Amino acid sequence: MANFYTDNPELKHYLTHPLMEKIVALKERDYADAEKYDYAPVDFADAMDSYDRVLEVVGEICGDIVAENAEDVDHEGASCSDGRAHYAAGTKVNLDATRKAGLMGMSMPRRLGGLNFPVTPYIMAADIVSRADAGFENLWGLQDCAETIYEFANEDQKQRFIPRVCEGETMSMDLTEPDAGSDLQSVMLKATQKEDGSWVLNGVKRFITNGDADIHLVLARSEEGTKDGRGLSMFIYDKRNGGVTVRRIENKMGIKGSPTCELVYKDAPAELCGDRKLGLIKYVMALMNGARLGIAAQSVGISEQAYREALAYAKDRRQFGKAIIEFPAVFEILAIMKGKLDASRSLLYECSRFVDMYKTYEDIAKERKLTPEERKEMKYYSKLADAFTPLAKGLSSEFCNQNAYDCIQIHGGSGFMKDYACERIYRDARITSIYEGTTQLQVVAAIRHVTTGTYLSRMQEYAAEPFNEEDAPIRAMLEEMTKLYADAVATVEAGKEQAGYVDFMARRLVEMAGYTIMGWLLLGDAQRNRTFAKSLRVFTRWAQAQVTAHADFIARFNPADVDSYKA
Amino acid sequence: MSFNIIVLAKQVPDTRNVGKDAMKEDGTINRSALPAIFNPEDLNALEQALSLKDKYPGSKVTLLTMGPPRAADIIREGLFRGADGGVVLSDRAFAGADTLATSYALATAARKMGDFDIIIGGRQAIDGDTAQVGPQIAEKLGIPQVTYAEEISEIKDGKAIITRRIESGVETVSCPLPLVVTVNGSAAPCRPRNAKALLKYKNAASLTEAANDEQKKAMLEAKPYLKVDEWNAAYVDADLEQCGLSGSPTKVKAIENVVFTAKDARNVPATDEELEALIKELIANHTIG
Repeated sequence: MANFYTDNPELKHYLTHPLMEKIVALKERDYADAEKYDYAPVDFADAMDSYDRVLEVVGEICGDIVAENAEDVDHEGASCSDGRAHYAAGTKVNLDATRKAGLMGMSMPRRLGGLNFPVTPYIMAADIVSRADAGFENLWGLQDCAETIYEFANEDQKQRFIPRVCEGETMSMDLTEPDAGSDLQSVMLKATQKEDGSWVLNGVKRFITNGDADIHLVLARSEEGTKDGRGLSMFIYDKRNGGVTVRRIENKMGIKGSPTCELVYKDAPAELCGDRKLGLIKYVMALMNGARLGIAAQSVGISEQAYREALAYAKDRRQFGKAIIEFPAVFEILAIMKGKLDASRSLLYECSRFVDMYKTYEDIAKERKLTPEERKEMKYYSKLADAFTPLAKGLSSEFCNQNAYDCIQIHGGSGFMKDYACERIYRDARITSIYEGTTQLQVVAAIRHVTTGTYLSRMQEYAAEPFNEEDAPIRAMLEEMTKLYADAVATVEAGKEQAGYVDFMARRLVEMAGYTIMGWLLLGDAQRNRTFAKSLRVFTRWAQAQVTAHADFIARFNPADVDSYKA
Repeated sequence: MSFNIIVLAKQVPDTRNVGKDAMKEDGTINRSALPAIFNPEDLNALEQALSLKDKYPGSKVTLLTMGPPRAADIIREGLFRGADGGVVLSDRAFAGADTLATSYALATAARKMGDFDIIIGGRQAIDGDTAQVGPQIAEKLGIPQVTYAEEISEIKDGKAIITRRIESGVETVSCPLPLVVTVNGSAAPCRPRNAKALLKYKNAASLTEAANDEQKKAMLEAKPYLKVDEWNAAYVDADLEQCGLSGSPTKVKAIENVVFTAKDARNVPATDEELEALIKELIANHTIG
């Protein structure tokens, strides 16, 4: 009888952020759907009430069903036979519950069978699902792929595929191949156009999450003789047509309920999605950004799970005559875990709001011409979303790994045993900093916004916000961190002639930016809600120490020293 | 093939979390001290009805609940999960009803609904734990009953095929329509609320609930599907003598804590003579009466 939404008031704090009023008005086109659909909201308050109620359903299903099944699903895992992948029994129950609850295609428009939710409440559902079972989030969260169909496919394809996703059919994105992992330009899966104009796919894909899905998005080489990303197109493969078999599934360390498949395509009929040659350079990039936000949400959900398990154990476990939470060595770990959890969640929803703003404008632009102000606003938020997505994905996934590590540490010897949830959390967490682009690749995506000043100017905007006098010392720390960051960026810029130096320092700069931004965000949270005051203080102190260490490292580093790190 | 299904559901105090003030001095339940919930086994019953609707599209699931106006919560909860409608049977004349008066009132309402094929309810409610209301309704309507059901698997040639939980396993029986089925807690749990249904019906209300709220009244007028029907004793042509306290022979003498310990079990053939003999025996040894 647990509800993972109502037992976590932080979620409602982010759901009720002031920017939501604008996001919802745009997303609902000033509530025009209310005339046509009996489940559409009539005004802002009605819409917020709807999000709240649906999230309560998500919380109930996650608390009562998905979380309860997590251990069995982890033990049973997915399996593969006769060319098909099979879910664990608990996974089937979870999928059935989320389907019956109508929690698929949540962000799709109503005319295609969706709930027309903005990204923010959808991502909140992903956060809640991940807390219950990170592996299940992979299956449920792949409804994201419908977004790509919605954005880039033609109307006929939208009408045929999106309602099926809303009804509960699952999706996959088939990108990776044995020789094309981080480097997707090397994709070889061959798309051949037949004389009648239709396409067939041939080749192999590897590491495909939920690879036996009903509807697949497939990246394939449509331009014979090409070798780079410009020869790749996006295709939709419908399992009903056959032609793809599952050769094997991976035996993974974590997220065991989610089948990771090796797929063999043999003359598999498929249809082109969008334009030829834009598969990688446009569509996968868009798909990836959505997926990365999903992994950021998954990371935050895992962090939440880790923190709660650790907290409960530390209160319960007694040594030397008292609960171990009373020892400074333990309560410090817990406070920092909570600080990292709150900081990464705050960054997650800041990012999701940016995505909401620009994506909704993009969608509106398909219906009518945007005003110059609207165009300006769209560009502003689009840039911020581009800057904050790799930050959120990169840093939340690292934090969730750190929290999973600390969760085991709090459990001591018991944590190393299979008896407690913490060991599963630890294994599930590990993939978050790897898939959908490793942390190292998130740094590559983020560094541009370090050097062009996107992060710094956003920090300055946060600094201009009014704040509570009580928080003055924290604010002073954040000012100082912002300055340390700006100085470090200038130092690195000055040495950019040295080959490899900027790339070498990139991770440090991105972390400095991320930690400082998270501090500013928590300061903002604490202005609206004092329950964040504690995390604000704990996290900012921790972040300041990290930022100072990086600043110090950069200041003392001679660019030519990069050579001494080379293998 | 489609069917009209009535689901009997009761709003009950959540006796799973009982505090000190749960009982009043007169031995009745202090309902205001406990949160009101959908009786758990009635949710199992609702699931059976909804799965029949899945199997036989076009079937109609209607909830029937007796209680104060706030029992409209039960109807809303049912609508959120896929029911087509519901009725709150509410009248001061029904207050203080024991199982006999309750089954009388519910049977009159079912008769008023008329054309039903199956009435499904939970085995028992967690406030009274009697398991009598379902069977009594069947008796009053003069139709067969199947108790302890775990699954109504199909309806074939005018008969429902039902698996019931019995002492040492399960048995599958068939029973002609119309009938009353009471569902065991071991049956499939009820499906979750559905997002679209939830958003569609979140403002559903009865006229009593909307009485002091002009905005709500206007909404019920504009969107009639949001109106939760309320029926009173007169509407269902109930004989007031058989309703509420006056229709309730049960008198609570005292409340005491009893821990049930099963000693032995006996199977009694389902004949009138055998049952009468058993009742006499139980009265003689003061188990009942």
